[in-house]
Amino acid sequence: MLREVTLKPLADKSARMKIPRQDMPEQDPLERITNFREVPFGYTEELAMKEATRCLQCKDPQCVAGCPVNINIPWFVRLVAEGKFIEAAWKIRETNLLPAVCGRVCRQEDQCEKFCIRGKKGKAVAIGALERFVADYEREKGDVPIPEIPAWTGKKVAVVGSGPAGLTAAGDLVKRGHRVTIFEALHVPGGVLMYGIPEFRLPKKIVKAEIEYLKRMGVEFEFNAVIGKLFTVDDLFAEGYDAVFIGTGAGLPIFMNIPGENLVGVYSSNEYLTRVNLMRAYRFPEYDTPVLRGRKVIVVGGGNTALDASRTARRLCYEDVTVVYRRSREEMPARREEIKHAEEEGVKFLFLTAPTRYLGDREGRLVRAELVRMELSGPDESGRRRPLPAAGSEFQIDADIVIVAVGNLINPIIPLSSPDIRVNRCGNIIVEPSTEKTSKKGVFAGGDIVRGGATVILAMGDGRRAAYNIHEYLTDNKG
Amino acid sequence: MFEIVEKVRLAHSVALFRLKAPAIASKRKAGQFIMLRLNEYGERIPLTIVDSDPEQGTITLISQEMGKTTSMLGALDKGASILDVVGPLGKPTHVENFGTAVCIGGGIGTAPVYPITAALKNAGNKVLSVIGARTKGLLILEDEMRKVSDELFVTTDDGSYKHHGFVTQILQNLIEEQTKINVVFAIGPLSMMRAVCNLTRQHGLPTIVSLNPIMVDGTGMCGSCRVTVGGKNMFACVDGPEFNGHEVDFDELIRRNRSYFKEEKMAMEELTYHEGPRCYER
Ligand SMILES: Cc1cc2nc3c(=O)[nH]c(=O)nc-3n(C[C@H](O)[C@H](O)[C@H](O)COP(=O)(O)OP(=O)(O)OC[C@H]3O[C@@H](n4cnc5c(N)ncnc54)[C@H](O)[C@@H]3O)c2cc1C
Ligand SMILES: Cc1cc2nc3c(=O)[nH]c(=O)nc-3n(C[C@H](O)[C@H](O)[C@H](O)COP(=O)(O)OP(=O)(O)OC[C@H]3O[C@@H](n4cnc5c(N)ncnc54)[C@H](O)[C@@H]3O)c2cc1C
Ligand code: SF4
Ligand code: SF4
Ligand code: FES
Repeated sequence: MLREVTLKPLADKSARMKIPRQDMPEQDPLERITNFREVPFGYTEELAMKEATRCLQCKDPQCVAGCPVNINIPWFVRLVAEGKFIEAAWKIRETNLLPAVCGRVCRQEDQCEKFCIRGKKGKAVAIGALERFVADYEREKGDVPIPEIPAWTGKKVAVVGSGPAGLTAAGDLVKRGHRVTIFEALHVPGGVLMYGIPEFRLPKKIVKAEIEYLKRMGVEFEFNAVIGKLFTVDDLFAEGYDAVFIGTGAGLPIFMNIPGENLVGVYSSNEYLTRVNLMRAYRFPEYDTPVLRGRKVIVVGGGNTALDASRTARRLCYEDVTVVYRRSREEMPARREEIKHAEEEGVKFLFLTAPTRYLGDREGRLVRAELVRMELSGPDESGRRRPLPAAGSEFQIDADIVIVAVGNLINPIIPLSSPDIRVNRCGNIIVEPSTEKTSKKGVFAGGDIVRGGATVILAMGDGRRAAYNIHEYLTDNKG
Repeated sequence: MFEIVEKVRLAHSVALFRLKAPAIASKRKAGQFIMLRLNEYGERIPLTIVDSDPEQGTITLISQEMGKTTSMLGALDKGASILDVVGPLGKPTHVENFGTAVCIGGGIGTAPVYPITAALKNAGNKVLSVIGARTKGLLILEDEMRKVSDELFVTTDDGSYKHHGFVTQILQNLIEEQTKINVVFAIGPLSMMRAVCNLTRQHGLPTIVSLNPIMVDGTGMCGSCRVTVGGKNMFACVDGPEFNGHEVDFDELIRRNRSYFKEEKMAMEELTYHEGPRCYER
């Protein structure tokens, strides 16, 4: 008996071990740079089941510990392997409010998949792709049931900002019976998911569907509401809100302060991406907001934002797009998948290079960029080698568009209007890490406003922790 | 949705709108603006809040038809609604009793200068105002400005009404007559504000201008509205829109405001091709 039981899974396991990681089919690179449709098509049911079968159903699954919201990965993957897709979706929804989003944009290679046992020898289980499949399946089959909402506790919470942090906090709070209103500065919800990450990587209809789900759970939205201008945080308390969560992100673009940065044709990545994604400039003149369509585009930076900007520009410009990054390829913070996609699409890279100035014509339009080669010094405190310009190595290349994607700071509107919310030297709101509590009573914060530019899933984790602590705060009554 | 409760055509291409926007009406201060988006396809454009009535919950905007969005706005009537209005944005005007203030409005710039003039008058200043337009038919807010000014001068470029010439000439006269002036507020076309600043710089008169760069979000998120002031990069939507005029790099801003010249023309051609109204119904 005993032998049978142990033998069967073993035999099973070796069969499972033989299945190679299943890739998602994708749009052909030459085709996709002519459109803004999503690049991977996603798994078919067969591919998803096959990939799910690769999971070894570990007793002590390290993948779960690698996921910031601790999705029960072996459980949902097993349900996929058995073809129980809806049940799998339910399992994920217990801990993750935005599975279709995370399945697409999470840094799986650094989180869940990094710790997958199958990655030790060979390739990790494609957890992200499976999560995406399950969420898409559920949405496309329609009829996503909402969880039971308890009777109203009598408490109201204001959530400021509708990015992943705010959405998650709101969802968790309504599930606990509190009334929640999200105040959003823009005319649509979603934060970076709507204005930053491009359509071809995260279709906006998916973000909208996830937000619809929240609305059905009873979350209310107020758009065009800039907190700090229209209402201050104190106004919200005066209006009868019992607690406030701030998830306003890191939306203040950094410029490099080099000559020529205000020439026509030099954009911050925020502006470029907002014009294209939020305002749909890629469909100008059907949509009214324009964006310049250059012949030669330079993108400065090496993170996800730079890569998103470069791939967007590739779809809009007439000749070529070059990413200029001051460190080496290995040090690029962007996701490998995105670098691969960008390369397939013909985006060029200049490593160990940085801009020194931009040159314009008589009308103040950008025509050329001057770049300089960088050399890496010894490692600094952060362990990264610091790039220093190599004297005399300047050279010029033609460019009529430059997109500066070197990071964001914190938008100061809220701290300026509520000086009792303490911020650090860089403007980030200071919180108690385990509770997300700020220095102001009843005010919690999370996501990029606390962390600086981080990730979707970390912002969601903060939102979740804040919701838990807001609930404690509201039910505790001693505050 | 923000309902238009009143519309008045002030001049050939200039209209006043009163919108239902109670929250904004109760918060706004002189010098602040809103951004609006007419419909799903629309661009977000900034307009100054000219006046507000917290009791009635309305704000007043005055818009000059320049391109597609303002032309479509101009075609809307009482009862129609605007999809999105966000505000109040920007820093309020710094108002105090300076002594004597000169308030200059050129063209549509008279709309944003009016609430500032009223606020300065309220704060006890002696207010000398100068408003000007290309021609008589384009002149706006003459009576309103007169009510909040100790003295009002009116100019037209073509001489069709009152003083023949530019607003700067009146300012020059005031300076030559040794009028005591403590501060100058000037709002209008960039070239006019530049001319005013060139004049007041020579005489050491502090001058505040309100800048109108191209904006996208109006909350400091994109940097589209950046202007060089005193050698530093400023975001007009959050650091302004008012700045010390003597420090503004007007030439750069004039070039930046021409960024989308081609695209704007194309949008306008498309609008006239579709005869306007079709566009709102999409
Ligand atoms: C181009 C780009 C690509 C990225 N790609 C990835 C990726 O692939 N994977 C990943 O994990 N992460 C990625 N990130 C990072 C990720 O998007 C962010 O870490 C995440 O969105 C932060 O979430 P948040 O909720 O803190 O804030 P945000 O998403 O920034 O949302 C903040 C919201 O608050 C609103 N707001 C701001 N101020 C106010 C105010 N005063 N009043 C009311 N509302 C206000 C804003 O309009 C916005 O809607 C990317 C970021 C960018 C810019
Ligand atoms: C803070 C602020 C307050 C403003 N207040 C008012 C106001 O009270 N009343 C009013 O009529 N206008 C005001 N403007 C200007 C107004 O926003 C523009 O006229 C409008 O955006 C033009 O949009 P459009 O689509 O109709 O024209 P477009 O097709 O975009 O442009 C048509 C013409 O207008 C010029 N233009 C484009 N954007 C601007 C701009 N931001 N400022 C000036 N010219 C521009 C273009 O160069 C072009 O020649 C303000 C601008 C700012 C930044
Ligand atoms: S949420 Fe992100 S980290 Fe967690 S399982 Fe999904 S893809 Fe992995
Ligand atoms: S570590 Fe990998 S193999 Fe093990 S349960 Fe997680 S996904 Fe499956
Ligand atoms: S309009 Fe975007 S930062 Fe000012």
